[in-house]
Amino acid sequence: MAKRSAPEVNAGSMADIAFLLLIFFLVTTTIETDTGLSRKLPPIEENEEDVIIKQKNIFTVLINGKDQLLVEDELMELKNLRKAAIEFLDNGGGTGEDACSYCKGKKNPASSDNPDKAIISLKNERETTYSTYISVQNELVAAYNELRDRRAQELYGITFKDMEANYDNVNWVGNKSKLKEQIEKIKLEYPQKLSEVQQ
Amino acid sequence: MSKFNKKKSGDLPAISTASLPDIVFMLLFFFMVATVMRDTTLKIKNELPSADQIEKLDKKDLIMYIYIGQPSERFQSQYGKESRIQLNDKFADVSDVQAFIAAERASKREELIPFLTTALKVDKDANMGLVGDVKQELRKANALKINYTTKKGDISANKK
Repeated sequence: MAKRSAPEVNAGSMADIAFLLLIFFLVTTTIETDTGLSRKLPPIEENEEDVIIKQKNIFTVLINGKDQLLVEDELMELKNLRKAAIEFLDNGGGTGEDACSYCKGKKNPASSDNPDKAIISLKNERETTYSTYISVQNELVAAYNELRDRRAQELYGITFKDMEANYDNVNWVGNKSKLKEQIEKIKLEYPQKLSEVQQ
Repeated sequence: MSKFNKKKSGDLPAISTASLPDIVFMLLFFFMVATVMRDTTLKIKNELPSADQIEKLDKKDLIMYIYIGQPSERFQSQYGKESRIQLNDKFADVSDVQAFIAAERASKREELIPFLTTALKVDKDANMGLVGDVKQELRKANALKINYTTKKGDISANKK
């Protein structure tokens, strides 16, 4: 008898098995969201002394229980908030020591002295819905980011966002410590001073 | 001579399905790799709001999740319709948050504790009252790094 070859295994059901597994993974997959707005809470400390902040350096934003926005004691639409915040932060109305050389604002003496002094105070009521709160936070962070982007564009010809992306990118070719310095400089010029008032 | 006119039948040849398993396996591998198994079963409604100034959270193992939202339908008879906090697999009270943070910290290596971030996964219809209470508890527990988890999208999607 001649050498007989082994019979071929029927692979026709392989597709069925693979489909079964595929459907299982399709059903169980949840693409988890892992993005968000990062914030830092203020630490609890015994206030020995109250820091005196000039009224003109505070930008108050209040969201009431009906999700209405009260900015500097005036009603405001959410879409105007970003512009108002930028105007406040970038005002640069200070003189002498408080003067701001890089601000492009109106230099209104009744508004903030410089971005380092300007504080945004965000207050909400218990009935405020979370989505409105996030929208407001988003707009305020956007105001800071826009100013930082503009400043970075002026100084280094690249947006702040790209600078941070480059810093995190391991494949980026360039001097990272210098980049870090530049990022810190911009963060210092436009610090995020966003205070949340606890009820 | 029949050797030469064997394939004279006029039928269309059947399409080969031999590569079907390959295609299916390819899809299968994609989903296997992309799947993140949830480690907690959500007992609440958790529809996240949208924002566009977001940062990506890396280091999944250094994140503590706090869920807030309305109990889902099958729990409503027991827990009511008011927003609740969920820690791990069960409903919790505001007073449980500090214990939760302590337990999470205890389960991590000591040098990693300063890098722990609390991700607040809050339903978009929840009230800020509860969120504010949780934030206050986090301050007491000295867990100051927080992240409001949001979807990427325009904020106009947040309006009702």
